[in-house]
Amino acid sequence: MTRSAEPAVVRLGDPANRVDAQAKVTGAARYGSDPEVARPVFAFLAVSPIARGQITRIDDRQARAVPGVLDILTHENMRGEIRPVKFISDGGYMGSSIMPLSSPKVLHAGQIVAVVLADSFEAARDGAHRLAISYAEETPSPGFDSEGVEVVAGASASKEHQDPKVGDAEAAFAAAPVKIDARYSTPTQHHNPIELFTTTCAWDGDKLTLWESSQNVHSFKNGLAQQLGIAAENVRVISPYIGGAFGSRGSLTQRSALIAVAAKRLGRPVKLVASRDQGFTIASYRAETRHRIRIGADQDGKLQSLSHEGFEVTSRPDPYMVSGTDASTRLYACPNVASSVSIVHADRSTPGFMRAPPEVPYLFPLESAMDELAVALRMDPIELRRVNDTKTEPIKGLPYTSRSLMACFDEGAKAFDWGRRNPQPGSMRDGDWLIGLGCAASMYPTQMGAATARVTLTISGTAKVQTAAHDIGTGAYTVIGMIAAERLGVPLEKVDVQLGDSDLPPAPGAGGSNTTASVCNVVAKACDEIRARIANAAVASQDSNLKAQDPKALRLSGGRLIGPDGDGEELQTAMRRVSNGAIEAYAENAPHGVGPDAIERLYRGSQTLAGGAKLQDRIQFAFGAEFVELRVHRLTREIRCPRVLGAFAAGRIMNMKTASSQLMGGLIWGVSSALFESTEMDRRQARFYNTDLAEYLVPVNADILAAEVIIVPEEDHEVNELGIKGIGELGNVGTNAAVANALFHATGVRIRNLPIRLDQLLGAESI
Amino acid sequence: MRPFSYVRVDDAIAASQATGSGSAFLAGGTTLLDLMKLDVLRPEVLVDINGLRDASPPATMTQGGMRLSAFASMAQIAADPNIRRDYPVIAQSLNLAASAQLRNMATLGGNVLQRTRCNYFRDPSWKACNKREPGSGCAALDGVNRKHAVLGVSAHCIATYPGDFAQALIALDAAVETIGPVGPRVIKFDALHRAPGDTPHVETNLAPSELITAFILPRAPWTRRSLYLKIRDRQSYEFALASAAVALDMEEDSVRQARIALGGIATKPWRAHAAEQALVGKAINEETANGASQVALAHASPRPGNQYKIELGRRTLTRALLQAASMEVRA
Ligand SMILES: Cc1cc2nc3c(=O)[nH]c(=O)nc-3n(C[C@H](O)[C@H](O)[C@H](O)COP(=O)(O)OP(=O)(O)OC[C@H]3O[C@@H](n4cnc5c(N)ncnc54)[C@H](O)[C@@H]3O)c2cc1C
Ligand code: SF4
Repeated sequence: MTRSAEPAVVRLGDPANRVDAQAKVTGAARYGSDPEVARPVFAFLAVSPIARGQITRIDDRQARAVPGVLDILTHENMRGEIRPVKFISDGGYMGSSIMPLSSPKVLHAGQIVAVVLADSFEAARDGAHRLAISYAEETPSPGFDSEGVEVVAGASASKEHQDPKVGDAEAAFAAAPVKIDARYSTPTQHHNPIELFTTTCAWDGDKLTLWESSQNVHSFKNGLAQQLGIAAENVRVISPYIGGAFGSRGSLTQRSALIAVAAKRLGRPVKLVASRDQGFTIASYRAETRHRIRIGADQDGKLQSLSHEGFEVTSRPDPYMVSGTDASTRLYACPNVASSVSIVHADRSTPGFMRAPPEVPYLFPLESAMDELAVALRMDPIELRRVNDTKTEPIKGLPYTSRSLMACFDEGAKAFDWGRRNPQPGSMRDGDWLIGLGCAASMYPTQMGAATARVTLTISGTAKVQTAAHDIGTGAYTVIGMIAAERLGVPLEKVDVQLGDSDLPPAPGAGGSNTTASVCNVVAKACDEIRARIANAAVASQDSNLKAQDPKALRLSGGRLIGPDGDGEELQTAMRRVSNGAIEAYAENAPHGVGPDAIERLYRGSQTLAGGAKLQDRIQFAFGAEFVELRVHRLTREIRCPRVLGAFAAGRIMNMKTASSQLMGGLIWGVSSALFESTEMDRRQARFYNTDLAEYLVPVNADILAAEVIIVPEEDHEVNELGIKGIGELGNVGTNAAVANALFHATGVRIRNLPIRLDQLLGAESI
Repeated sequence: MRPFSYVRVDDAIAASQATGSGSAFLAGGTTLLDLMKLDVLRPEVLVDINGLRDASPPATMTQGGMRLSAFASMAQIAADPNIRRDYPVIAQSLNLAASAQLRNMATLGGNVLQRTRCNYFRDPSWKACNKREPGSGCAALDGVNRKHAVLGVSAHCIATYPGDFAQALIALDAAVETIGPVGPRVIKFDALHRAPGDTPHVETNLAPSELITAFILPRAPWTRRSLYLKIRDRQSYEFALASAAVALDMEEDSVRQARIALGGIATKPWRAHAAEQALVGKAINEETANGASQVALAHASPRPGNQYKIELGRRTLTRALLQAASMEVRA
């Protein structure tokens, strides 16, 4: 075997290209709806136009007459094949407990009411259009401020919920010389991943395979088995590539079981590709929220009192709640803090995870209010943050494992040339364009879950990593490959990483930015076991030049087993003492705080993430500072974003390139969540209106001319062995506030209700 | 999409004769096929007129001005050097529309006949829509109507005419050549579209199988000093919240003649004659431009969700007039 003089050595942090890039751009990557199954039946959904009431009659004669239509599932012909399974936060697996086709009842607009099955997609769709379904409609309660909604306090909605509190916020607010008291809101938003919501099911005897893009294959497997009343071993979920997820594929939806039932009945594989508009109601979305923030401060800007009241809209049955006060009450030092969260049950589909579910909506009001405070104090907003920076968390008084917030502000401010900012609103102009610069802080909890992995090293120097983790476009394949390459001393190209298949050892779902920390640490552990076996054999061997050395001090590097002084032997030579074929190691890792049964629960598809503000002994967050430049036209008031910049410190960065891309995507989405994204509702019908990508706006390139990421070095030896904090969500937290703050700086108009649109600026006299 | 039969024709006369009730011309298909997939349009016969694309040149200089083939793509016309020089408002209205892919696919004829983007119209599961289902009501009146019209509205429909190109055509006094069951005719572009009134489902004055073959752009002293200003939430790939097509004939600093059309805020391509008159003999400055804008929106009739469009429409026109007045125009 020939070997190049210097084998490629992977260092953690290297900006390695994505290992799956080529497969993705050439079309070789197989997404959820891509599997080729024999003689598939195509499914098309029919969904309810009413939000509340009963189906009174289904006339499917015309639909069944369409050539190619094979069957139509409705509540009238379901035979109890699907069992109720609990909602995620009630200890179950479901993203929504609303079971379509289980009764004539309709609980939200866009609820699935029929599944048309046909030999072609076109026939199925035509059949669905020809279904005549009659309803007895009741007046729905669309959300905030409407009659008939039920408001529930956080603690009643969930046993785990706690409202962070310390001191006497009320009294301190009353006594504070400078006060901000304001109300804010954020709209309903949908992920709209480009890959539509698809499901393919095939039975082989009593074994079911589900191909569906998923952020949590083991949870899907166990949940679906429970729904169908079959053993979990009989379900396999395959999801190697995911065409965008952002939380929307984080929990099992009700559609999968319906397709499994259809496949069983017809004895053929069934493939569903739901339409874009159906995706707005058959999966989850970001709930609409409202907030009241009260801040009391000294003349020098030190916070004396902070209170944050949050309100979130959810569906009738499910207590979905993000409770972002966990983060918002811990960003700054403050002796008196009060908070509360309430949920409002309305006639809507159940919301769910969407990138930084708690922090995006809850830091918007806080970081807007901080800007308002800076204005009231005539203080630079960065200096206000500096005055309130802290090394201990204000609620429990615990230390942050690391916190580099001000380093991020300082690095970011330098790169952004914050110094050019004239603090006077409306003072900076370029011809007819008003210019505004704004900033805000970002924070995201550092969380980990129990994880398992199997690593195989072969005598020819290739390696395989198998774990049911997920690459939702983040670069997980690449960084997991990198840790194995680094620990086993083989080139990255020689590592085959297999993810997204419930037949692999379980790993946590891709949520809470935990994957890199959870999975890289367990893969490192498995690699270490392989290394230890090789090293132990070497030190015990007479013919090794490493004999009698401390095995713990030996490393695999550059295709060799080496000691501290760099001497050693070829990997092949060292390996042969253990195996002439392959060495395989399976490892489990239960990180600090997850509880003793974490691995067992992981195998049942149920996971707990530990970290953030949930640990007893310490507080773990990553931080960042974000800067936005806006331009507003003097006459027509269009808003454009020439530049957004974020500086982030998040412990060890596994790959500078994929991390920067993640954070940049986060910044862009953050701007989008402030200026563009909003799902409008026809409140009379409690029905979403702009359910397509022409009317649900996301930015185009011309809207955000430059997005820049700075990674501020940070070491954190406490969070986990590798010191990884996670960056998947950090990038789009706080950006919405930075946008609103920049807008205020440009125009003198404070907008507290997102999205910010030119409508709100037309009447402004300050411009 | 319901099953349909399909014929392809390659001359205009055959096309106008191949059609009957229940048939539709298929050009780029970027409006028609969308609405068929959504089950809004259910033609029984598609008469594919793409064979006519090469039958006549996209744009021809004529004695009186220019002739644009109705079968030319938006991209072809937007890139035509004569159009860009002599009729910048036409090139810009096309270039600022849709996306590059759509502009390559879509034709001028299909463009002027594109349907409203009112989502109550585009999804048949909303019950009330007079345009889709005459007599069923109008869900937008008290529903989501931020993007709906404030000019030319009726109690039966407030849907915005979404296109951009049509504003340029109407501003320039363009004409439309057609071939119908009774032969060819030429009508003013102004007479092509109808305001909704109490028949919002009837959008044009074309006969059922009348085929548009060309658009005629007259030569005039104001066409070179012309522009299209389009205001929207995002910078591209969105329909106008408000737009203005403006053409000015200036004598020194004063307006000899003005041509103004407004988009994004009206139910049909909208010519603002009174605002044009208000400018004659005046210099263009913020005050006179504002004055004309006030006149242009004087009869606007908003709903609560689109009240802002009155002010936005005015400001859009003001800005367009200021920009047009300061254009560098080669004689
Ligand atoms: C996402 C999206 C964004 C868009 N954004 C914009 C925008 O910003 N601005 C804008 O102006 N437009 C926009 N459009 C609309 C687009 O410009 C039109 O769909 C397109 O111009 C229609 O042309 P077509 O050739 O594809 O017409 P088709 O879809 O083929 O036809 C449209 C209609 O016209 C009829 N028809 C076609 N040709 C003739 C003819 N010669 N004579 C008589 N009848 C005919 C057809 O029967 C049909 O009823 C957008 C479209 C989409 C899908
Ligand atoms: S505005 Fe017109 S198109 Fe829209 S719902 Fe009303 S009638 Fe239909």
